Amino acid sequence: MNAYAKPLPAINEQSRPYWDAAKAGRLELPRCDHCGAFHTYFEPWCSHCGGEGVHWERLSGRGRIWANCRFHKVYFSGFETDVPYNVAMVELEEGPRMVTNIVGLKHDVLDEMPIGMEVEAVFDPVTPEVTLVRFRPSKRTP
Amino acid sequence: MALTSNRKDSVAVVGVGMTSFGKLPDHDATSLGIWALRNAAEDAGLSLADIDGLCFHRLADYQKFVQITALSPRLLTVNPGAGRMLGGTMQIAIQAILSGMLDIVAVVYGNNGSSAGARYGGKGDQYGTSADQLWFPYGMSSPGAIHAMAFQRHAALYGTTTNQLAEIAMTFRRHAGLNPHAVMRKPVSREDYEAAPFICEPLRRLDYCLINDGGVAIILTSGERAKDLKQKPVYVRGFAQLSRLAQGELPEDFGYATMQSVSQRVHEMAEAEREDIDALMIYDNFTPTVLFTLEGFGYCPRGEGGSFVEGGTLALGGELPTNTSGGHLSESYMQGWALNVEAVRQVRGELGDRQVRDAQLVQYLQGGPLSTSIIYGSDQP
Repeated sequence: MNAYAKPLPAINEQSRPYWDAAKAGRLELPRCDHCGAFHTYFEPWCSHCGGEGVHWERLSGRGRIWANCRFHKVYFSGFETDVPYNVAMVELEEGPRMVTNIVGLKHDVLDEMPIGMEVEAVFDPVTPEVTLVRFRPSKRTP
Repeated sequence: MALTSNRKDSVAVVGVGMTSFGKLPDHDATSLGIWALRNAAEDAGLSLADIDGLCFHRLADYQKFVQITALSPRLLTVNPGAGRMLGGTMQIAIQAILSGMLDIVAVVYGNNGSSAGARYGGKGDQYGTSADQLWFPYGMSSPGAIHAMAFQRHAALYGTTTNQLAEIAMTFRRHAGLNPHAVMRKPVSREDYEAAPFICEPLRRLDYCLINDGGVAIILTSGERAKDLKQKPVYVRGFAQLSRLAQGELPEDFGYATMQSVSQRVHEMAEAEREDIDALMIYDNFTPTVLFTLEGFGYCPRGEGGSFVEGGTLALGGELPTNTSGGHLSESYMQGWALNVEAVRQVRGELGDRQVRDAQLVQYLQGGPLSTSIIYGSDQP
């Protein structure tokens, strides 16, 4: 088996709950104890209200594509055979936006993943330690 | 002596200098900075020893710089290489002069990015909080990708097209054709634009700025001192800056509110309206930035940047001549500095084929969530 060649997250004490949850098939993010804003960074301070202290909460894993692009240039080793590959920013139902890839497309082109499209989380174990949260077109009937 | 006893009431640019631009592998960033500063001093009719403050941007080896120039600066600062740090660098220099603490300050920029293999993406990329955890594993990196995403949103919201981006790339390249100093001077057609490879789709190579080596220096002093010097002074009539990243690198308004704040303050300070401005120099790291910046600074209605740039609006001879040097897309990627030199030289009226007739006020605009604007003028405030 080939070693995984793509960048892996630099997991630290503050982000470990995110990665542990992903491994267990759950999307969790830190949420401000004071104003309830979800964070997509791993520090105890809130950029919305300035408060200190977060707790972890599970999110639905449902959202919509907020922005998209498709890489043709290789910036990281491990992606040489993937280009062109897509990257999207997904706005989750609960508000926060996260960077991800959209999977389950027929031709893997931007037209298949327009801004506004409903998506849902899938959990992709890329190493025994790391599970990446990706998204696929929503299976719910509109 | 009170701290305020020497306060000055105006600041002027009295010298500008640049290296040649392109691939310059025999020079490091510091060497490029020294080269540019020597040219700026000559332009100003000053000797290096007259300079009593040095504000560096991007070039990091201040020791080599100060050793070889044999200067004894009373102000020495180094700002890191992000283009956004132009604002802070310039602000320190302006403040030092206005406070009366220093007489003549040089801002010096050196960039050996091409020879050093700078990639603006991948490991070490500074874009994106927590990027090492939440972006890189997905292959997300580079300012270009952020701008590709921003453009996609603009297109979805307002119907903006890559055809409109091509207009910007073609216009600035035409300007570069009039600039012997520019790295890329060969005209590009719409077909050339369409044939250029995607870097991060939907953006193509001609939507991206160049990566090249070079250096730029600008010498500033008080309006009073400027009167005795060789060049016609070009006054800093307005300066404003605002850095706001609470929404990250991709704010949902394309930086509109941030730029509106900067715009209002810079025009108030300069006592000049948009209609008074003769030419614009826009920080064009990517073509979509030009649209966001025109909108943010109120030169066209929000969402209408795409249609605004159609039909030659930004061309020399057009309604709003912009980036008359060719900008970052075609002249040189000097992270805003060469555009500031172009603004100064437009106000001096020394640009020959690409001179905007009777240019008295020229505005530098840097958009995005960290925004800066400077208005240069021929008349003392």
